[in-house]
Amino acid sequence: MTTTEQPPGGTTTPTGTGSGTYADFTVGDPVADTRAPLDTPIAERWRQRTFDAKLVNPANRRKHTVIVVGTGLAGGAAGATLAEQGYRVLQFCYQDSPRRAHSIAAQGGINAAKNYRNDGDSVYRLFYDTVKGGDFRARESNVHRLAEVSVQIIDQCVAQGVPFAREYGGLLDTRSFGGVQVSRTFYARGQTGQQLLLGAYQALSRQIAAGRVEMHPRTEMLDLIVVDGRARGIVARDLLTGRIDTYFADAVVLASGGYGNVFYLSTNAKNSNATAIWRAHRRGAHFANPCFTQIHPTCIPRSGDHQSKLTLMSESLRNDGRIWVPKRKGDERPPREIPEEERDYYLERLYPSFGNLVPRDIASRAAKNVCDEGRGVGPGGQGVYLDFAEAIRRMGREAVAAKYGNLFDMYERITAEDPYEVPMRTYPAIHYTMGGLWVDYDLQTSVPGLFAIGEANFSDHGANRLGASALMQGLADGYFVLPVTLGDYLARLGGIERVDADHPATQEAVSFVTDRLYALLSNNGDRTPDSFHRELGTLLWDECGMARNDAGLRKALERIPALREEFWERIRVPGSGEALNQSLEQANRVSDYMELAELMCLDALHRTESCGGHFREESRTPDGEAMRDDDAFSYAAAWEYTGTGNAPVLHREALEFAYVHPTQRSYA
Amino acid sequence: MTGAFIPLDVMASATDTGRRPSSLRVLWRSTIGKKTVMAVSGGILLLYLIVHMLGNLKIFAGSTSFNEYAEWLRVFGEPALGEGWLLWVVRVVLLTAVIAHIVAAWQLSRLDIRARPVKYAHGRRRATYATRTMRWGGVIIALFVVWHILDLTTGHVNPLGEEGRPYENVVATFSTWYGNTIYIVAMLALGLHIRHGFWSAAQTLGVNHPRRDRALKATATGLAVALTVGFVSVPIAVMTGIVS
Amino acid sequence: MTLMKLTLRIWRQAGPDEPGAMTTYELDGVSPEMSFLEMLDTLNERLSAEGEEPVAFDHDCREGICGSCGMVINGDAHGPERTTACQLHMRSFSDGDVIDIEPWRAGAFPVIKDLVVDRSAFDRIIGAGGYITAPTGSAPEAHATAVPKEAADLAFENAECIGCGACVAACPNGSAMLFTAAKVVHLNALPQGAPERESRTREMVAAMDAEGFGGCTNVGECATACPKGIPLFSITRMNREYLRALRKG
Repeated sequence: MTTTEQPPGGTTTPTGTGSGTYADFTVGDPVADTRAPLDTPIAERWRQRTFDAKLVNPANRRKHTVIVVGTGLAGGAAGATLAEQGYRVLQFCYQDSPRRAHSIAAQGGINAAKNYRNDGDSVYRLFYDTVKGGDFRARESNVHRLAEVSVQIIDQCVAQGVPFAREYGGLLDTRSFGGVQVSRTFYARGQTGQQLLLGAYQALSRQIAAGRVEMHPRTEMLDLIVVDGRARGIVARDLLTGRIDTYFADAVVLASGGYGNVFYLSTNAKNSNATAIWRAHRRGAHFANPCFTQIHPTCIPRSGDHQSKLTLMSESLRNDGRIWVPKRKGDERPPREIPEEERDYYLERLYPSFGNLVPRDIASRAAKNVCDEGRGVGPGGQGVYLDFAEAIRRMGREAVAAKYGNLFDMYERITAEDPYEVPMRTYPAIHYTMGGLWVDYDLQTSVPGLFAIGEANFSDHGANRLGASALMQGLADGYFVLPVTLGDYLARLGGIERVDADHPATQEAVSFVTDRLYALLSNNGDRTPDSFHRELGTLLWDECGMARNDAGLRKALERIPALREEFWERIRVPGSGEALNQSLEQANRVSDYMELAELMCLDALHRTESCGGHFREESRTPDGEAMRDDDAFSYAAAWEYTGTGNAPVLHREALEFAYVHPTQRSYA
Repeated sequence: MTGAFIPLDVMASATDTGRRPSSLRVLWRSTIGKKTVMAVSGGILLLYLIVHMLGNLKIFAGSTSFNEYAEWLRVFGEPALGEGWLLWVVRVVLLTAVIAHIVAAWQLSRLDIRARPVKYAHGRRRATYATRTMRWGGVIIALFVVWHILDLTTGHVNPLGEEGRPYENVVATFSTWYGNTIYIVAMLALGLHIRHGFWSAAQTLGVNHPRRDRALKATATGLAVALTVGFVSVPIAVMTGIVS
Repeated sequence: MTLMKLTLRIWRQAGPDEPGAMTTYELDGVSPEMSFLEMLDTLNERLSAEGEEPVAFDHDCREGICGSCGMVINGDAHGPERTTACQLHMRSFSDGDVIDIEPWRAGAFPVIKDLVVDRSAFDRIIGAGGYITAPTGSAPEAHATAVPKEAADLAFENAECIGCGACVAACPNGSAMLFTAAKVVHLNALPQGAPERESRTREMVAAMDAEGFGGCTNVGECATACPKGIPLFSITRMNREYLRALRKG
């Protein structure tokens, strides 16, 4: 494969930074965020943007229809808030109820710069930590706004009745989380995501009952309707009847989550999928940094080929648990029989000042390294010990149970091993995707009128997300940011053409959707959607997982198109399209993964530096740590779709760091 | 595209519709309200049963004492009240409670049966015997009460049936095999009914509490046993010849 | 690790208005490490490969928190362990077992297909009052109101409800009292929920009744089946709240 440099009219420079030829892509015009008022100091930018935003007259708001796809923290919060403001909202989720979106599974907590502990926290520190934690691949303006808004989120959630953990005095408790040295994480036992989501769901339910949100559960968006370059509606399938319906609006908001399930095994919900964002990408929305995927270090290892998904154990376990493997390769003694001096507490050894609390990407990679050395534990050697023996000695069993009891119970339920007696086994797993649809400061994608919020966009976490920041970003986008910027878009919209089911753009989208479903249903092949999904996921995990290299990525880039071809030749979907058909749903999602996976590998191949969750084996420091290449890669890669199998166009958004100056992260 | 959208200004007032139906109506229409009616009426009936049972025990004091007690009930409160007034007041209250109890139970049962129209293929014993027998137990008790009134109040089906001689009427009833059988079966059903009913009423009225639960359950069992034993002691005494 | 052979008798129903029946499948090679849903996945892969329609069942997070999954296994909602079906593991069963798998049965939860039922009634109960009216932006500073730890703990214990519907499935009356109570108690326990305390209780109970759920006969099956351990006392508390709400008019 070679680089084809065919800029569509813009000035470009090749990305040649020493690794020879790349897979096919072309370089287009750079993109830039034009919405953040860069001439204003960073702490004033959001206030300035809010003031500059044009307002929609309250009496006119109900004349505007907004589509929101997804009901997680971002979507639920946005739907409720937009409806409260008086807009007419059409909301969609594939689940049977908006309360089931996968935000519900987040355990650990939500960050906010409240500084209730008087431990030196501030908005600026949260901003600084997030930019640094993201390995300098996030946009400063966005991150600062996130830190500012974090404070309001806690107020909002408390007012909604979210039962955060409290001290005996009745005030909110916080804890330190994920290698951060201030205590800024608010939590509700190990179910913070659930409680925050139910808060948003309840606010949304109030609007549904009031008739201001028209809720469509068990309805999956399958295409975006774009008219005159603007997002004007969606095509969606009623999962119960199979009916393909079209819905029209003045703006479309995608809050459909991340694409981690492309790996098959991940901590995402089984049905979380990339279809909404991928099909929007096919309609012109740039996809940014697809290779930035996060691997969570402490998941329960897989137990066999039947494994359907992975379960995460909260990062908070690393506060008191110690991680180790045997010093000797292939040591198969039970853990309690391995004496102290024959154990390697490798994180404490490699990173003495942070120890077991190093960021996720570093902890994950270290686990992979010791397992690759043959020192992994458990079935297949794919695991490391997370040991509470010392904590139990130090704090007592009662105190450990009070803090981690529910997590221990969950572990025991899944593995039938008692963590009080035997160290837990953990292994890294795909958990979150920092990449997503490219958005500007207004969270608007490259398609006007199409917004992306929450994990579906790429905006705030750069190349690595800090613990307890996903909940923060989802709610920030949904409750506080989007309602301002979307209003500005609608206020400036003016008169737009009426779109209905007969519009050519609608018909084109509907026929794309129905053709694809028909192709899946009518192909009388011999392989199930699941078998293809597993094969693709394994390939991606091996070549585009925790560590990536040129040869492996090229191998994947050759294999994926062949696998895609095989998919369309051999797929078999039983049942009909006119009823609930879960095989059809899955096959349809896998068909998108077959395209997305290629872009991920291409993005990973082109970014020859290591940064955050993206670790290129070719780019490391002499002692083996990830090495960024700020000269060549201090940009977000926004990819433009040009047709499946065709070379996509790379649009670079240069990242400026005027406040937090890039340094090589060091946790040693 | 579907969906009826209510304009914003209308919505604002839609949450506050002014006149609400009266609390009593709301109470009677709701499942919790009907349960409350059952709990309260059940409580009244239970109080009555305690007094009734204690009165029954007077039979061990002999014919004269028992018959005098029965007579005292008729003339209680004279001259402020007329003869039999107390009994009629009690009867009206009891009848009201029984009707309320049965109507609520009937309506709730219909609702409950409709709420589970298809049974599980894999059946399983659920709950305690006392809990599962509330409905049939209630029917048995209701039928018993009819017989009991015809037997000992009006005397229509009593083997002796002499007005003014309750002691002898009682002995006559419990001198027949069917009299004893009906009575004892009904009292066992009553015991079970009270055992679940008392605790259940505490739940429904919201007076139960984790710290109170054991005491309430013990009280329920105690009441059930005391009432059953107290009532059943009479036929047994007649059968064994202690009372004759 | 010995693999098991099982006989599965599963309720198959093609659509809401179609007749259904228990259908028997033999499944070999079941690992004790599998979750119950992974066992069904294995069956479905086989059925798909044979061109037969897989068994439809709701599932999503598979971590026991989203509340999507739910099926009655050998007469027990979510099966023999106190957890969700997705967190139930096959080590709870033995080689040669016959396992009956049925959908939630309740008039208010009509069957859509196989093991999938319509639980939208729950959403409507929440919509009737299961919220605190706090439009975005209107919130006071979070520390403006201290919440006694006891109230916070009571709220949390009830807020854990995942809305799976096991309580309704297990109740012989198909009652939704435990579900409704969990939300009423959660919100009424908090000072933030106090202004709407009476209206919330009244409206949610009315919505619950209107959906056609049965009444509570204090059987206690709901609390036994609840994978999150919502206590039966939540129903007691809701009863108290309800009578209080009616007294206050």
